[in-house]
Amino acid sequence: MKNGFRQSMAWLHTWTGLLLGWLLFAIFVTGTSSYFQEEITAWMTPEVRSVPADGPTRFAAATRWLEREAPGASEWSIYSAGKRAAGLQLYWVNGPDAPADAPTDARLDGAGRKTEARETRGGEFLYRFHYDLYYINWYWARWIVGIAAMAMLVAIFSGIVTHKKIIADFFLFRLGKGQRSWLDAHNASSVLFLPFILMITYTGLVSLATHYMPWGIAANYADEQKFFDATFPWPAPAEKAGPAPLIAVAPLIERAERAWGAGAGSIRILNPGDRTAQVIVSTAPDSGMSVRQRSLTFDGVTGKVVGAHNPSGAATATEGTMIGLHAGRFSSGVLRALYFLSGLAGCVMVATGLILWTVKRRAKLADPERPHFGFRLVEKLNIGAIAGLPFAMAVYFLANRLLPVAEAGRSGREIAAFFIAWGAVFVWSAVRSSARAWTEALAMTAAAFAAVPLVSALTTDRSLVASLGTGDWLFAGFDTAMLIIATGFGWVAAKRLRRSTSSGAAGGKRPTKKLSTTVA
Amino acid sequence: MSRAVEILRGARWRDVAARALAAVPLNYAVTSALTMLLARLLPGGAQQASVGATLLSFLIFAGVAMTAFAVRSVGRLWAGLIATGMAAGLVDWCFIAWGGRL
Repeated sequence: MKNGFRQSMAWLHTWTGLLLGWLLFAIFVTGTSSYFQEEITAWMTPEVRSVPADGPTRFAAATRWLEREAPGASEWSIYSAGKRAAGLQLYWVNGPDAPADAPTDARLDGAGRKTEARETRGGEFLYRFHYDLYYINWYWARWIVGIAAMAMLVAIFSGIVTHKKIIADFFLFRLGKGQRSWLDAHNASSVLFLPFILMITYTGLVSLATHYMPWGIAANYADEQKFFDATFPWPAPAEKAGPAPLIAVAPLIERAERAWGAGAGSIRILNPGDRTAQVIVSTAPDSGMSVRQRSLTFDGVTGKVVGAHNPSGAATATEGTMIGLHAGRFSSGVLRALYFLSGLAGCVMVATGLILWTVKRRAKLADPERPHFGFRLVEKLNIGAIAGLPFAMAVYFLANRLLPVAEAGRSGREIAAFFIAWGAVFVWSAVRSSARAWTEALAMTAAAFAAVPLVSALTTDRSLVASLGTGDWLFAGFDTAMLIIATGFGWVAAKRLRRSTSSGAAGGKRPTKKLSTTVA
Repeated sequence: MSRAVEILRGARWRDVAARALAAVPLNYAVTSALTMLLARLLPGGAQQASVGATLLSFLIFAGVAMTAFAVRSVGRLWAGLIATGMAAGLVDWCFIAWGGRL
């Protein structure tokens, strides 16, 4: 801090990056996987065959199902995850005469039948872990994630300042040169993808903005609830007034969709089958860039429009679009793939940054054979975080296929398998020498990912070959992705193995000249 | 041994701690006061101003955090942040006391 602005920023970049890098890596990896959340869930419930059906028909079928199964309810809600998921999620609030343990939710497939699929949290677990973590209270988890995200924002800004040759680094990549290669990989992934990484960090903070910064609301509202009522109206059902048949919902949805020029994503029916019934139709999460939904409220008996919510205003539009940009629900195939690739670049940026910390310091160790505790700790945590999490995800997918299908509480055991696998890599890295643990953990991860399509082929009738034969691109795509990821990890493991046998020393230990670009 | 570790071990660890305290907890207090001020000053009604101020708060926080590690004098850093926070807080208080809240 005495040596000028750039040095102080480099120092800040190194230490905020190191302190929160492991958590950021986990947030980046699970967040990146969430761009295919619906696809992961579909793959993890192989019993559900998606039948494409148009929106209004699906909602109408769900309403008929609810009329049969939850007739006395005070409200029904029917949610679609968007174009990529054929199923519908149903919730309802039972009337006073229903037993206390009566069900209040169900999932229907594209044809409107209740799905009888294995119990799993699917892609939603990875998505929620990305900001709510697990095993700890969500309120504090979001604070921890927010602190990491803010540290990341500061690390990005200070990284930009630290950079002497930001344009040159765009084109610079020196492969196979030890520390220089790690630095180049770190710079290339972060500089090339800087717009994405900056966007995703800021919009991530914005997604949970009122959790972190409630004071903007407190300045204008004595009661925070008044702000949320104005922003997200959620009318309660009125006092029931006597039976009257519920109007057919499909024409209402079509009317709403015509009015918006966008697809409907959810409907909420208050007091179905009563004279006071209302049908609230809202836009789909993938119907536009902003996540702030529009809605139209119809009288549930006559079908007259009785209300409309149309979030407007520059700040709301900015906020909704920022959150929309973060989640990318609006994006179609090619854009989604680009989102995924950019997310991977973010993972690479964090991982190479963490590795760079050790590579830079290894050359300067007093005794490289016996590094000090801090160095060893960072090395071990790097292995557990960087190789361990992908391994845990592969084990999560394997557990989905290997645990007994009808077992009670199996979704919890899938998640337990995920954390046991992750913990095992930490333990493994602690007891083995770091150089060996790296190679072994990477090889194990490669093997686990390669096993996913294999095990799936043996335990279901939807193997990669069968999927390709029937043109089931979702299942074929998932299995192929597993094989590509396995190849990637296998390639890195093989490279490490070759290098350690040829040099006869621990990997990555080669003398390097002092770098002109200093990041510490 | 890296320079940063030397800093932590040497006499300058107090300097780092003072900057870190200014960069995180004090920064949060000052940013909150400034966000409240923005929420009262931005146009478009209470709801829009609140949302807009919240969106900008992260930029303020990141800027102050970097400043905390960039400026030469820790004493002036603390003095500057406390003065800014107090001034913004006082104006916030006046706005709420005389303008009321919803």
